[in-house]
Amino acid sequence: MAGGVVEKPAGAYGGSTKNYLNETRGIKNWLITLDHKRIALMYLVAVTSALLLGGFFAIALRTVLWDGAVRDPQDLFLGLRIEQMYNRYFTLHGAVMVFLFIIPGIPASLGNFVLPMQLGAKDLALPRLNLMSLYLYWIGAIFFVGVLALGGLDTGWTLYPPYSLGRDTSIPLILALSAVFILGFSSILTGLNFIVTMHRLRPPGMGMYDMPLFLWALYATSLIQVLATPVIGLTLGLSLIEHVFHIGIFLPEYGGDPVLYQHFFWFYSHPAVYIMILPAMGVQSELIATFSRKHVFGYKAIGWSSIAIAVIGFIVWGHHMFVAGQSPAAGLIFSFLTFFVAIPSAIKVFNWVATMYKGSIELKTPMLYGLAFMYLFGIGGLTGLFLASIANNVHLHDTYFVIAHFHMVMVGSTLNAFFGGVHYWWPKMTGRMYNETLAKIACLLVFVGFNLAFMPQFVAGTRGMPRRYANYSDEFTIFHQWSTVGAYILGAGVLLQVIYLTHSWFKGARAPKNPWGAASLEWQSDSPPDFHNFTKPVVVMAAYDYENWEYDANTGGYELRKEVVETGRSIATVHN
Amino acid sequence: MHFDTLHNQFQAGKLGMWLFLGQEVLFFAALFTAYAVYRGNHTEMFHYGQFFLNWQMGAANTIVLLFSSMTAAWSVRCAQLEQRKGLLLTIAVTWLCAATFMIIKYFEYTHKIHVGSVWGASFNIHDFSELPEKLQKLLTEQGITTTEAANAKLGKDGLGLGTFFAVYFCMTGLHGIHVLVGMGLYAWLFVRALKGSFNRKYYGAVDNIALYWHIVDLIWIFLFPLLYLIG
Repeated sequence: MAGGVVEKPAGAYGGSTKNYLNETRGIKNWLITLDHKRIALMYLVAVTSALLLGGFFAIALRTVLWDGAVRDPQDLFLGLRIEQMYNRYFTLHGAVMVFLFIIPGIPASLGNFVLPMQLGAKDLALPRLNLMSLYLYWIGAIFFVGVLALGGLDTGWTLYPPYSLGRDTSIPLILALSAVFILGFSSILTGLNFIVTMHRLRPPGMGMYDMPLFLWALYATSLIQVLATPVIGLTLGLSLIEHVFHIGIFLPEYGGDPVLYQHFFWFYSHPAVYIMILPAMGVQSELIATFSRKHVFGYKAIGWSSIAIAVIGFIVWGHHMFVAGQSPAAGLIFSFLTFFVAIPSAIKVFNWVATMYKGSIELKTPMLYGLAFMYLFGIGGLTGLFLASIANNVHLHDTYFVIAHFHMVMVGSTLNAFFGGVHYWWPKMTGRMYNETLAKIACLLVFVGFNLAFMPQFVAGTRGMPRRYANYSDEFTIFHQWSTVGAYILGAGVLLQVIYLTHSWFKGARAPKNPWGAASLEWQSDSPPDFHNFTKPVVVMAAYDYENWEYDANTGGYELRKEVVETGRSIATVHN
Repeated sequence: MHFDTLHNQFQAGKLGMWLFLGQEVLFFAALFTAYAVYRGNHTEMFHYGQFFLNWQMGAANTIVLLFSSMTAAWSVRCAQLEQRKGLLLTIAVTWLCAATFMIIKYFEYTHKIHVGSVWGASFNIHDFSELPEKLQKLLTEQGITTTEAANAKLGKDGLGLGTFFAVYFCMTGLHGIHVLVGMGLYAWLFVRALKGSFNRKYYGAVDNIALYWHIVDLIWIFLFPLLYLIG
């Protein structure tokens, strides 16, 4: 690629002590900021809070399940009868985790922060729209708090009619439907903004193939956000009208078709699975390449496989309804198409492994999460193939096998990548380092706890343990108890993270510009970045040109080589 | 401003609008799918339901909207050529067409509510003699001459026309909301044009709102035949 220096008007660079965190002070200046970094940080706090809330529900559920074989479901737990409490908690666990944490999670927090900087840009293309997305997210989140305050929901996070609509749990359901509708538009606007930014704000000299793979992943994610989310928006809008006016579109007693709801719901919610995993895969590409100190292997294959996953993701939704009265022909076609998702997914994994091959691997905390991702995503992905084949699916549908499968992907992969990404960009976002030893211990706890929590569930599922039950027959006790212990360990790992990251925010050592030797453009900014992102002209280079950086013992981080700064050109011999 | 050129900023806004329109298409796509599913599964329901729709009013609205699409496109040209009067006039005409559309829609809706041909559980014909003439004739041929018998035939225990009208009101209602939003946008545009905010280098808002207006028009172009014309 042709290197080049992005010209900035004189006076655009801030002073060296000022940064985006202390540029202006006061809560008002944060609430009306158009700065993508501040918005990203506010998102990060919000989604992490949602994660902790959803985690609380999960821990409570696992606690109840400890002795589900002998406990009377009429007993009280946290002030509710267990059978009642269980239904509400698993509904809210799912809804909060899906809509408030995992869908906005990586794109809106890490993506928002990193995307413009990886392009050497000042901000997203449409900063006001970005702030609006954040406000929509907050409104949705407040609605969910309202759902909680008014006694919760017990419909399952999928809100299937006829169980959900037209019943007496009126206000919380209306709130939940509105919340997801609003959160959907937050998601659409973020995706739209990202696509426009990647097209219009790439610096001269940076083609699509010079972008970091994280951005390819965000691009694919954004496509899904823009094109799939409106469908669930409309579906929930119709549900709301059905719920209030009984218009007869989903409820059978008024002539509606509840399976149509399921088709609409999964037309969004299956692609939404890729809204969750694709950004995680993008983070993964950055982590593996950076900490192998080697140019990523198969750049184009990884990039295009993100797009392929996004496209194929649109035509597989029927596999959620194999036993919901879909025609056998439709089931067969959806089963066949579902297998295709495995191909681009596997392409990614093989390329990451090949990237590590003969690399000088550095086992920093983000890399540990990256390794955990590959292992857990492997299991999550391969068990997906079990579920894609119809004959197996009839046996495994709605069992713990399904639960374990999608937690392997959503938690094992996405949450892991989220943690990896937070640890990777933390020095850039906050200007502080965290305690590496504690971070590694936390990573180990998360990994061990997660495996302990979900591996037994695969076995319980194949033996017939159905999902969404507060009690079970005695043969499943051992699996549930292992799983509960695992959940506690996982919870302890997350709490440990919260503790040392909070400590780092206030007391952590000052972070160098580029602690990892990564080559994407955001590392050319100060840590934390200036309000205008870059104080010096950015040397535009392709994402994995590691040769341009050398270790500087004085700062404890990496600096651009002199000749790169002087010529403003990449000296790397291998490009994407 | 963080774009290097005004042109780039304009293009960014325009790309954003196109993506938003893509979103709009998918938003309506779910309703069109619902239409197709119910039509495929309950052809008779649609056959009978169509008698209630007044194609003359639908056609009038189609003409009004097509005309407004022309004036919307014209307004962009006026902005590019810095024709202030032309810009104000075309924006005003577009707004008036949108208002006309909503007035005609109002008469259609109130008539349906008057007859009782509405959504889902509320579907209940008030009086046999108020039914469309062709439908009266068809029902009479089948020996149905009373209001009760007509409701039994058309209501939820019969053909389930409530669902047809759910589809009708949701599709046209959502489209109507878009028309109202368009009216708001054109009112805002009129104020800005009055202040002289636009020139040949800066007219992104005029262009983007016109794009929005075209998709609203385009959706109606599909709604009209699907609901009013094919029986």
